[in-house]
Amino acid sequence: MIYLDNSATTKPYIEVIDSFNQVSEKYFGNPSSIHPTGAEAEKLLLRARQQAASVMDVEEEEIVFTSGGTEGNNTAIKGIALAHQTRGKHIITSQVEHPSVLESCRALEKLGFTVTYLPVDHVGSVSTTDLEAAITEETILISIMHVNNEMGTIQPIKEIGLIAKKYPKLHFHVDNVQGFGKVPLRLADSGIDLCTVSGHKIHGLKGTGFLYVRKGTLLFPLLHGGDQEMSYRSGTENLAGNAALVKAIRIALENQTSKIQHLCHLKETLWNYLSALDQVVINSPKDHAPHIINFSVPGFKPEVVIHALSEKGFYISTKSACSSKQEDQSSVLAACGLPDSRSNHALRISLSYQNKQTEIEEFCKAFSEVLNQLSEVMG
Amino acid sequence: MQYEYIVLRYGEIALKGKNRKNFTVKLQENVRNKLKEVPDIKIKRQRDRMYVLLNGQDPEPIIEKCRHIFGIHSLSLAIKVENDTEEIKKAALFALEEADGVETFKITAKRTDKSFPIKSQDLNQVLGGYLLSNTDGYTVDVHYPDIELRVEVRQDGTYITSQKIAGAGGLPVGSSGKTLLLLSGGIDSPVAGYLTMKRGVQVEAVHFHSPPFTSERSKQKVFDLARKLTDYGHSIRIHVVPFTKLQQKIHQSIPHGYSMTVMRRMMMRVSEKIAEREGILSLTTGESLGQVASQTMESMHSINEVTNYPVLRPLIAMDKEDIIDISQSIDTYDISIRPYEDCCTVFVPNAPKTMPRREKVNQFEQSADFTEELNETLANIDIVSIKPASEEEREFSDLL
Repeated sequence: MIYLDNSATTKPYIEVIDSFNQVSEKYFGNPSSIHPTGAEAEKLLLRARQQAASVMDVEEEEIVFTSGGTEGNNTAIKGIALAHQTRGKHIITSQVEHPSVLESCRALEKLGFTVTYLPVDHVGSVSTTDLEAAITEETILISIMHVNNEMGTIQPIKEIGLIAKKYPKLHFHVDNVQGFGKVPLRLADSGIDLCTVSGHKIHGLKGTGFLYVRKGTLLFPLLHGGDQEMSYRSGTENLAGNAALVKAIRIALENQTSKIQHLCHLKETLWNYLSALDQVVINSPKDHAPHIINFSVPGFKPEVVIHALSEKGFYISTKSACSSKQEDQSSVLAACGLPDSRSNHALRISLSYQNKQTEIEEFCKAFSEVLNQLSEVMG
Repeated sequence: MQYEYIVLRYGEIALKGKNRKNFTVKLQENVRNKLKEVPDIKIKRQRDRMYVLLNGQDPEPIIEKCRHIFGIHSLSLAIKVENDTEEIKKAALFALEEADGVETFKITAKRTDKSFPIKSQDLNQVLGGYLLSNTDGYTVDVHYPDIELRVEVRQDGTYITSQKIAGAGGLPVGSSGKTLLLLSGGIDSPVAGYLTMKRGVQVEAVHFHSPPFTSERSKQKVFDLARKLTDYGHSIRIHVVPFTKLQQKIHQSIPHGYSMTVMRRMMMRVSEKIAEREGILSLTTGESLGQVASQTMESMHSINEVTNYPVLRPLIAMDKEDIIDISQSIDTYDISIRPYEDCCTVFVPNAPKTMPRREKVNQFEQSADFTEELNETLANIDIVSIKPASEEEREFSDLL
């Protein structure tokens, strides 16, 4: 099997699983318990938070452990909206966000909030001019993703951060589920108030993640209860999951530069190969995220291509896994203004630095075979 | 071009006379200890300053570590070049361009090596002119420059240093002997420890622990406080005193109004014994005059009676607010306010005497015999060595 669907999920590191097992077994105590089993668990939790904060270069209390990307995005968006609605009820996001962002915004619309869904250009970038023009007296939140999950487009987060800094009333949330570990993003002093990270996209485990919440940010929690996680998220801590997450973060950020370089090489090989094919149009922008390449094979149903590749042991995807059960068309690609011939026929390859150059070469061979095969059948 | 050195300048040590070397050797030892995990660097000691040779290491984390070492007045990054005008020019340009947020500069050249052909004053002009004609947007301001580039032409080469970063000041820890700090979990005692360390004193701590009235977490809190203090010096040994029996005996046999005074006297007695055993010459407390009942003049008069060791009280004349400011700046405040009981709060009477009298205390103490409890306490003291955070972080490191 050659797995090229790493934006859907990744294979957990063996070290991460070990860590999860060991903590589950040895530190099963509830960190809030008074007895030594609880105290040990609390100490480990504290150390995990410290380490996450230290590699992210933020403060300990700014790391809120969550169950992953969807929870992080929901907590940030609904949390800001509900806590600050007396100041204003306007939210700005983009048309190409992850469903957990878009649907949270739509849910808030039902509660009386207004949402501006910024358009994007043909490669999926939002314009900072549009964004600044959309800001009103009523705006309390901007939520823009760092790296688009389908296209690999990198949004101008740094610039948006600078804009956000000029409006002290509004908060800036970044969904960094796809970017973490692949496209560096500095949090401290960036204008970013909230940032979502998920564990299972970085070779961690499902059900783990964290939300960066800048010190002093007021959120209305989604989960009320025992005031765990600085009261942002009640519920007995998933200590084993949190430890495993911190381990995954550590490994992801170790030698980050050389990992990114490796990804760039892989992507370049793919790019050179795909761009030389007549039947293929590449949708992704060229110098964006190093791990995602989106392309269309107009005339072929994407499912058919995927099944044919799967038979040969190569796993890629149509669009984001979270929306692939919905209608055929990719809403992200449609938002980019691509014609139906492309947006209905998109394929996505998403890489991990664990993929090898030889795997990519084998993929290219297999893909050519599949195209020939299908052309014969269809032709 | 890159920075090759960090210059560490001595503060008060520079004023020392013949014993200066004792201080600088101690400081070098402390710097070495603090930087022992950084590979490849070298630490060179000179009469008036110290150099950390970077050998390619990133200077930022090293500077961060050195900023907590007492005895260093200021730090600067430096480049060393040959005593050659062209080389010096290039290095000065590099130093100027590397500095962030700078619009105005000033050159201060100093020619210690008189064989160098350009005089200090002339060198200022040569370099200033070179920088102005090779950069955009900088101007010279000799009075209030954003950055002062110091150029020192010495026998062994020319050192170009840029921004001065403030150090921690004080004297090297260990150069003024050792004290035994009475460390509770409160806000004051860690600050008292910090201030004595700043005057070059090495600290050991004594902590009174009364299980089951005080929990493991309250002990952990004290360890965490001590760990913060290790940032400014070495590992800290904590003598953990099992205090329950003595406290219960006091509670049973002393009138409640006086129980706290007697408890403090017992703490002093135990601490003095530990100090004696360890060869430590003084005790340090976080007392501040008038703050609580045990810190009145009368109280101190009664409590101090049981020891003839010097009791250092660095906070004695400080306001609570100032103490809190320091505790926040040294990161102990957030630990101190964790809500666990300590032994001082467990048996606290409703109305402790704010003006206890010596003769009364003595009379009450004589009515009961504490010898047995005192001996048992002294025989069961645990010593825990608290290591700096960087070493402590390795705990659980296999899991995280």
